[in-house]
Amino acid sequence: MDFSYSKTEELFLQMIRSFAENEVKPLAAEVDEKEMFPEETVRKMAKLGIMGIPVPKQYGGAGGTIQMYIMAVEELSRVCATTGVVLSAHTSLCMCPILEHGTEEQKMKYLPKLASGEWLGAFGLTEPNAGTDAAMQQTTAVDAGDKWILNGTKIFITNAANADVFIVMAMTDKSKGNKGISAFIVERGFKGFSVGKKELKMGIRGSATCELIFENCEVPKENLLGELGAGFKVAMKTLDGGRIGIASQALGIAQGAMDETVKYTKERKQFGRSIAQFQNTQFQMADLKTRVEAARLLVRSAAWKKDMGLPYSADAAMAKLFAAETAMAVTTKAVQFHGGYGYTREYPVERMMRDAKITEIYEGTSEVQRMVIAAQLFK
Amino acid sequence: MNIIVCAKQVPDTTEIKIDPVKGTLIRDGVPSIMNPDDKGGLELALRFKEQYGATVTVVSMGPPQADKMLREALAMGADRAILLSDRRFAGADTIATSYALAGCIKTLDYDLIIAGRQAIDGDTAQVAPEMAEHLGLPQVSYVIDAEKTATGFIVKKENEDSVQTLEVEGKCVLTVLASAFKARYMSVEGIIEAYNKEVEVWSADRIDVEEEKLGLKGSPTKVFKSFPKALKAPGEVHEVSEEEAVELIVARLKEKHII
Repeated sequence: MDFSYSKTEELFLQMIRSFAENEVKPLAAEVDEKEMFPEETVRKMAKLGIMGIPVPKQYGGAGGTIQMYIMAVEELSRVCATTGVVLSAHTSLCMCPILEHGTEEQKMKYLPKLASGEWLGAFGLTEPNAGTDAAMQQTTAVDAGDKWILNGTKIFITNAANADVFIVMAMTDKSKGNKGISAFIVERGFKGFSVGKKELKMGIRGSATCELIFENCEVPKENLLGELGAGFKVAMKTLDGGRIGIASQALGIAQGAMDETVKYTKERKQFGRSIAQFQNTQFQMADLKTRVEAARLLVRSAAWKKDMGLPYSADAAMAKLFAAETAMAVTTKAVQFHGGYGYTREYPVERMMRDAKITEIYEGTSEVQRMVIAAQLFK
Repeated sequence: MNIIVCAKQVPDTTEIKIDPVKGTLIRDGVPSIMNPDDKGGLELALRFKEQYGATVTVVSMGPPQADKMLREALAMGADRAILLSDRRFAGADTIATSYALAGCIKTLDYDLIIAGRQAIDGDTAQVAPEMAEHLGLPQVSYVIDAEKTATGFIVKKENEDSVQTLEVEGKCVLTVLASAFKARYMSVEGIIEAYNKEVEVWSADRIDVEEEKLGLKGSPTKVFKSFPKALKAPGEVHEVSEEEAVELIVARLKEKHII
């Protein structure tokens, strides 16, 4: 068993950490404050190949691993959770399903533009009445001979305002329940497709989360992704992968809050010494550090299993559950250690605490993760 | 065009601390990096490559660990990496180092040699100019801009209070400033390919040199003692308000005729 980074991963970490520190961190407060999509950063990431890390070279990607991709999400989220989720949704929720379920033609058509970062990807499953109960899809897709006609609304779609390609679930045969759901590749320019209202959120405020509206939206026949009626399976498998990405985002937020708190408690003096010298600080920080490292091992192990082609569904759920709850615990304590200053926007831990909360909710709430883990346990 | 870039792996001196008891540098746990000016040199070479087409070869002299720095150079876009690594090179001062590098470069095809102005550990700024002497080539140091002409290069050189523009005919050695050439990041694809490429490790036998001029034997200067630089004067501490602080600083600057 080997827990060390490979030489390639070490070199990659050197690059992505330096990129995050120098290009992403300086913008993080502004991205949050102004609810600003980090467009320029995404362009820089695209130039370096970060937008297509696990996509094979033959489809225009960098030919890297899931492990490298999630390292990128972690390092970006450590300084800016918005930038982390932009990459995660693009990679896990749009490129991965095309890679895993797409036809050769679909891969050749969509992956090169997505992997190069020319196009941004997104994923549409959630609806007003289909949240955790995702099988209750009300968006419909009707076979109209040479095309599919989609009608319905998706909500809470990450990257929606800026994305060019969407993986969308719709009901093709209501009588078959979740076996009547199919997946489609929808381009922003398709007739009858529009992006609706933008949500005003507590955290990850630079990531534009919007509605997707389908009004007799025309989707070419060849844009069915996977088999007819296999959409629910495609969605669940996609979310399994996405959870490793979100787990890494949570891990990055937790690590970022740890970094800030170590720095602050060493500098902040009360009662004649730095607050890091108090045993209360040290013991609490020791416990948090232990949780962060445990989360990192869960995340890396889930990514390793995906890279190896092993089953990883429960592993991804455990990684996300634990990392998200760790992020919430660490950021809450981080604000507490910062005292009054921590509650102000002068210090990044305030933003980090707001950003952390969503990791317990999206791509399956913590409750959903427990359902997935238990289902595996009691099968 | 064939460009050779000389690069050195150095300890990241921004992270170095001094042992308060022994007064020596604590090197344990300090990461090694590509010397910043050398990285600027590689950046210039890669810009030439993009602009005119070129093969970029990075040459370094150092212990086997310098492999990582050369992988970084490959990941940034260099085409070939050569590491001069041999116990016979050990203990070299600047003259023996520049002699070995020149001995290596003599065996290669090249049109231009680029190096960093100086290394952040030794801070001599001597190696590249000496190398130019060994090779009998013209040199321009402190370069902040360079472009190719039909027969050579037009180069901007930064002096203390002015910038000179020089024209160089034919092959030459340029030493560059990191601040003038913001180095690119390694690309993801470059990183993945870096370990599939070869870093050539060359011994003294492979290069065009006389052995007695290498390493400690070939070094007329020897380090006698290292010690941390004493601070010139203790600062003054004034417990004052922000406004008073501004006045105080302005008054002092005026006093010293700085403003």
